[in-house]
Amino acid sequence: MAGSTPASVIAELGKQPASTSLWAEAWRRFKRHRLAYWSLWMLGLLVLAVLLGPLVYKVGINDIDFQARLAPPSWRHPLGTDDLGRDLLARVLYGGRISLAVGFASMVVAIVVGVAVGAIAGISRGWVDAALMWVTDLFLSLPQLPMLLVLIFFFRDGLKALVGPEVGIFLLIVLVIGGFRWMPAARVVRAQFFSLREKEFVEAARALGASTPRVVARHILPNSLGPVIVAATIDVAAAIILESTLSFLGLGFPPDIPTWGRLLFDAKDYLDIAMHWSLFPGLAIFITVLAISFIGDGLRDALDPRRVM
Amino acid sequence: MPTARGRLAGRARTVPAPAEASSSLGNYLLRRLLIALPSLLGISLVLFTVLALAPGDPFEELATNPAVPPEVRLALRAQLGLDDPVWQRYLHWLSSMLQGQWGFSFVSRIDVDTLIWQRLPVTIAVVGAAILLALAVALPVGVLAAVRPYSWFDRIASTLAFVGFSLPTFFIGLLFILLFSIKLDWLPFVFRADISATGWAWWWEHFKQGVMPVSVLGLALAASWMRYVRSSVLDVIRLDYVATARSKGLSERVVIVKHALRNALLPVVTLVMLQLPQLFGGAIVTEQIFRIPGIGSLLIDAILRNDTPVIMAVTFVLSVLVILFNLLADILYGWLDPRISYR
Repeated sequence: MAGSTPASVIAELGKQPASTSLWAEAWRRFKRHRLAYWSLWMLGLLVLAVLLGPLVYKVGINDIDFQARLAPPSWRHPLGTDDLGRDLLARVLYGGRISLAVGFASMVVAIVVGVAVGAIAGISRGWVDAALMWVTDLFLSLPQLPMLLVLIFFFRDGLKALVGPEVGIFLLIVLVIGGFRWMPAARVVRAQFFSLREKEFVEAARALGASTPRVVARHILPNSLGPVIVAATIDVAAAIILESTLSFLGLGFPPDIPTWGRLLFDAKDYLDIAMHWSLFPGLAIFITVLAISFIGDGLRDALDPRRVM
Repeated sequence: MPTARGRLAGRARTVPAPAEASSSLGNYLLRRLLIALPSLLGISLVLFTVLALAPGDPFEELATNPAVPPEVRLALRAQLGLDDPVWQRYLHWLSSMLQGQWGFSFVSRIDVDTLIWQRLPVTIAVVGAAILLALAVALPVGVLAAVRPYSWFDRIASTLAFVGFSLPTFFIGLLFILLFSIKLDWLPFVFRADISATGWAWWWEHFKQGVMPVSVLGLALAASWMRYVRSSVLDVIRLDYVATARSKGLSERVVIVKHALRNALLPVVTLVMLQLPQLFGGAIVTEQIFRIPGIGSLLIDAILRNDTPVIMAVTFVLSVLVILFNLLADILYGWLDPRISYR
C-alpha cells in the first residue's frame, strides 16, 4: 500500500511485471469473492437487458389490450398484463431504465458532494473543518424519508413547470436522494485525508514544491478512493430502494412513467387477482439491489488491503 | 459526529472516583444537552427554510372560494402573520414550537399536538415491538455466526441477511399480505385502532393485526443489525483478553457472553441508537401498507393535503427524537464501557 516501505529495494525491483498494479491486484481479490463476481455478471446482464430490451422487444409500454386485462404470464405477454392490458415485460424493461438511471445519477450526486465536502474538511484544519462537519452531522440527524417526502411534494410542481414533467421529477428525485446520501462519503474521505496527509509520500510531494491543490488531486485523493468506491456501490442500491419507496408512497414519478416502484404501487390493489403484476417488478428491484450489495461486499474485500481473506 | 469524537477522547481517561461520579454525570448530561442545542436550532432552521421556499400556499383554497371576500382573506393572512418578514416568522414559529404550541391543523381543525399525541402511541408500539424482535433475532444469530465464521450457519445467516436488506420493506409487506391474509386468511391486513373486544380477546386481536407490520419492520432491521453484531464480535474475539479468559479455563459460554459480547456491543449500541429515529421515519412505509393510524401516515396525509403545521410538527418531532436518541446512546455507551468517564 502507498506509504509503506518495501523490505528491500532489490526485492521490489525483481518483481516488476505490470500485472501487480494495485487495480489488477484488487480485481484478482474481487474475483475470489464468488458471489460478488457472479453478481457483477448478473448486474451487467440486467443493465444490457434494460438498455437493449426495448429495442428488441417491440411492444409499447402504453399499448392497451382490453382482450387481456390482468392476464397471467403467457406467450403473448411473457410477464402478464396490468389492469388496462398493458404488457408488463415492456413496462418492467422500460421502468428498469429509469430506476437504474436514478440509482446511478443519485450516487454520482452523493459521491461528488461527499468527496468535495470531505476533501475540503480533510485538508483544511480549524473552523472550516468544524463547520463542514457540523453541517454533515446536521444532515445526518435530519429524518431522511420524511424530509424527502416533504421536499418532493413542495418542489415537484415548480420544477415541472421549469423543465417539463419527466425531466423535472427525475432531476428532483436525483438531487434530493443524492443530497441526503453524501454524508457517509464525506466522513470516509475526511478520515482518509486525515491519515494520508501525514504520510511520507505527501510530505515528499510538498517538499518537491507541489501546491496544495496538486497534492490533493494527484496524491491524496487517488489513494483515498477505495472506501469511496464501496460507499458509492451502497449508494446505488440505497437510491434504487429509495426511489421505489417514494414511487410506492405516491410521491415519485407520475403514473405514466412506469418505474419499478410505481408498478408496485399500481399493483398493490390487485394482489389477490393479479399476483404476477406486483411480483415481477418486486423481483426486479430485489435482484438488482441484491447484486449491487454483493458487489459492494466484494469490493470491500478487494479494496481494503488490511483485510485478510 | 461530535459525540463520536467525544467518545474516542473519553476512552483515554481514567475512571473517576465513585464519590464524584454522580455529579459529573450531571455535568456530562448538561454538556451533551448544550452540544445538542445548536443541532436542534440548525434542524429547525432547515425545516423552516424548506417550508418558506415552498410554493404551496395554504390560502389557495380560500382564494378560490367565492364565498370568502378578498378583504377577509387578507385580514386573516395578516392576523396569522403570514405577511411578516421571513426571519420574524421563523422566530415566532420557533418560540411557539418550544412552548409546545404547535399550531392548528388546517385540515382537521384541531390542535396539532392533540393530533400527534393521538397517533404517536401506535407508532411507538409498532416500532418498539419491531426493535425487540430485531434484537431477539440479530443478537443470537450474529454471535453464533461470529463464533463459527464461514461455517454453514454463518453462510446461511449472511445470505439471508443480504436478502433481507435487498428486499424493499413495502415488497416484503405485500408478499406477507398475499401469503398470510389472502392465501391463508390467517391475519387481518387492515390495522384497526378501535377494537371493541376486552380482556384477552383485545390483546389477541392486537397481536394478530400487529404480527405482520412488526415482523416486516423487525426482520428488515434484524438483517442489518445481524451483520453489525457479527463483524463487531469478530473484531473482539481475536483480542488477547479473550484468549486470556479462555486460558483461565472459563467455559466458552462465559467467555463469549461475559467477556466478548459486552465489548462487542459497544459499536452496536451506537449504530442501533442512531438508526432508531430513522426507523420512526421508515415506519411511514409500513404504516402505509398496513394502514396503521400512526405518525407516519399522519405525515403522508398532511403532505398530500398541504397541511403545513402538521408537516412541520411531525418532522420536528422526528428530528427531536434523533437528538434524544443520540444523547441516550452516549449515556448507554458510558454505562457499557466503564473506561469512559463522564468528564
